[in-house]
Amino acid sequence: MALEDLCNFEDVFYPEITTERFSVPFGRKKACGYVTDLPFRNNKSVLQFYIPEAVYLDESPIQFGQINPVPSSSAIPSQESLLTSSSLPTSLPFASSQPVPLPFPMSHGTTTLAFLFQGGVLAAADTRSSCSGLVACPASQKILPIHSHLVGTTSGTSADCALWKRILSRELRLYQLRHGRRLSTSGAAKLLSHMLHPFKGTELCVAATLCGWDGGEQDDRCLDSSSKTTTTPKIVREMTADASSEKLSLSLTQSSSFTQQTTSEIISFSGPRLFYVCSDGTRLQGKLFSVGSGSPYAYSILDQGVQWGLTVAEATSIAREAVFRATYRDAYSGNCVDIYHITSKGWTRRRREDLKEEYYREKERRRLERETQPDVLQANTRSKQKTS
Amino acid sequence: MEYLIGIQGPDFVLVAADNVAASSIIQMKHDYDKMFKLSEKILLLCVGEAGDTVQFAEYIQKNVQLYKMRNGYELSPAAAANFTRKNLADYLRSRTPYHVNLLLAGYDDADGPGLFYMDYLSSLAKAPFAAHGYGAFLTLSILDRYYRPDLSQEEAVGLLKKCVEELSKRFILNLPSFNVRLIDKDGIHDMEKLTVSAV
Repeated sequence: MALEDLCNFEDVFYPEITTERFSVPFGRKKACGYVTDLPFRNNKSVLQFYIPEAVYLDESPIQFGQINPVPSSSAIPSQESLLTSSSLPTSLPFASSQPVPLPFPMSHGTTTLAFLFQGGVLAAADTRSSCSGLVACPASQKILPIHSHLVGTTSGTSADCALWKRILSRELRLYQLRHGRRLSTSGAAKLLSHMLHPFKGTELCVAATLCGWDGGEQDDRCLDSSSKTTTTPKIVREMTADASSEKLSLSLTQSSSFTQQTTSEIISFSGPRLFYVCSDGTRLQGKLFSVGSGSPYAYSILDQGVQWGLTVAEATSIAREAVFRATYRDAYSGNCVDIYHITSKGWTRRRREDLKEEYYREKERRRLERETQPDVLQANTRSKQKTS
Repeated sequence: MEYLIGIQGPDFVLVAADNVAASSIIQMKHDYDKMFKLSEKILLLCVGEAGDTVQFAEYIQKNVQLYKMRNGYELSPAAAANFTRKNLADYLRSRTPYHVNLLLAGYDDADGPGLFYMDYLSSLAKAPFAAHGYGAFLTLSILDRYYRPDLSQEEAVGLLKKCVEELSKRFILNLPSFNVRLIDKDGIHDMEKLTVSAV
């Protein structure tokens, strides 16, 4: 599907399938003029897409008390829980009908985080899928790419998140085809928020942060540290075309002004953006978000170290440490950490790292510290004995 | 958790709202704006359940603007307040009631300034001063004591500062900063953000 092609899914999920591609013939029709201007596409035609073969179970390994048994994905490691066509939102039980009883109590355990910095957006998440006390999958994917320049971290019910991410991808793709431009991160967040609104009050639970880069492809501009205090230093406003945009943003944080109409988006914004969308209706724009049961632990690490002027390596290490500390304390987070970095050229994914290694390295460091310390302690006690 | 306050003077209305967007025990955002501009001289301050606030306030906002587009003139603050209350009342007995508490502040060229208090049970009252949230328990008596109908703008800001000071002293939750806006015959003016350290 075009979605997979957009999101380079084959790189993530099907590493063995490298160059095979099925290009569906659309006749001689060339891509429309505006399509080629789209910045997201580097070298592939829009019409060329790849249909992966999804592996489904023949029957559900766990018998739920459901009307339409859907294949369970809990046994499939590190694959998306691709849902069948019967799980479209229109056929989900609404508030008026009896909700299907869950076979066991679900709990939503995860640690995901995302923050903005001068190098773009960094998103990190653990990989443990828990199910009321047992680890259902130690290698799940909690950061799902939506398109080439937008990535979403998921928290809540994994199935709900996977479904709604796919629906969002579809809607964003349709918007792109209809309007000839990519919808901004803010618009995508609003779209998701409005799509989830009818399900408020039901057991749907999706808490996602959308991390994206708006605007056309451009060189990554490394801003100096003086722009640390501003929220969006890359705002280009029609009113102030000069270089005092940073000062303008500063005065704006002082008194948030209505000079831009609240109805329309900031005109010609380009740069990294971060939104938090929750199924209870919250939609917040920000610079740093952490979601999940391990989020308080992650917040305390991030609040100490995240600033605008971090390098990519520093940002990665602080993100990894935050997830590590959260997995250390939170029972429902653990196993590995996924880190995604979104820049003007799209998202890139780091190799999945096992936090077990981090734990042993930390243990080793502590052990070494303790070994050097007793010498100091002994010296202190000796000096005390001398004086007494 | 959230706090709204409005003070009406002889020719202006002063409103303030806290800046915290919280999710259970975590402050997710420290600079969240809870005021929605309905028209050039009307502000809607909205607190309550997470998604309901933005959905309802934006719904009212768009409808007020639609009225202006259709009829060529804007709704007066009293009319906008009654329209808002009617919508709250309509949804109250439906399956999806909106759990929001509102303050609507506006300046009418004919009637002067107006402050309207609305709550989630769709009650409406025009009041000289009003507050929402747990902080209201602590600050309403200050407003009772010091409010006069002929306050000047500086005095009103001073009264607001007294309220914020009391909150920082006695309120168990931390509300570090507040957005402050003033509405008068010239429209909506953004005033300096009130932070606890400045007070």
